[in-house]
Amino acid sequence: MGKIKRRFKGGEIPTSSMADIAFLLLIFFLVTTTIDIDKGLGLVLPAEGETIEIKKKNILNCLINSSGMVLLGGEPVKLKDVSRIVKEKLRENNKLIISVKTHEKTHYKDYVAIIDQLKIANATRISIADTD
Amino acid sequence: MKFIRKTTLSSEIPTASMPDIIFMLLIFFMVTTVLREFSGLPIEIPKAKRIEKLKSRRHTSHIWVSKEGLISIEDRLFNMENIRNIIYDKRVADPQIVISLKADESARMELVSGIHNELRKADALKLNYSTKTSLD
Repeated sequence: MGKIKRRFKGGEIPTSSMADIAFLLLIFFLVTTTIDIDKGLGLVLPAEGETIEIKKKNILNCLINSSGMVLLGGEPVKLKDVSRIVKEKLRENNKLIISVKTHEKTHYKDYVAIIDQLKIANATRISIADTD
Repeated sequence: MKFIRKTTLSSEIPTASMPDIIFMLLIFFMVTTVLREFSGLPIEIPKAKRIEKLKSRRHTSHIWVSKEGLISIEDRLFNMENIRNIIYDKRVADPQIVISLKADESARMELVSGIHNELRKADALKLNYSTKTSLD
């Protein structure tokens, strides 16, 4: 009885389909990746117990009522005019601080719109008063 | 007189290094992929024009405020009085923390104002009102 000879051919992993597998994985990660960067309006709150006396002429009051109407410096204005008016007032007085005060039932949307308008007018000194 | 080109140019793209290139791309996408940790509350964030990007996800913590007045941090609901404790802990763990306020556009300002005061008490002063552009 003769011996059966098994010739060892060397164990190699087939690499020809490697690229395909890698592509498949790549496409999977490409599809599942969500690059969502958080964006929004930045603001720095004052520290607790930090109160500064400000001269009355350097304050511009901006009041927003519960239905989203704006009172800027005692005059009712339209929302889209806020940035223009604030820009003009800042040109006259660059120490101006805009004090935003809202009613407690004011919608957040209206408040954000005002902050946005102030940012457009390049107002850096924004004060947020407590709600009534 | 005819010019005879001696060298023969092969017009094939070398495919031997293809898996390497693709693996590199794959690893890039694997590393940059961030699976969403927290789902938050169902809200509609307001629109704004002059927006800025938040620098780092790592130093950002979200507060979700729904229009019903629910406040959620990391998928747990909180009362107004408890915000200061959790935010204070976060502030101690990471002094650079930025609070991203994701509030519904019809949320009431009394809530937002209350959160302002709580954040001030927790000494987390960097705030960002999460908004979207009118395009997206």
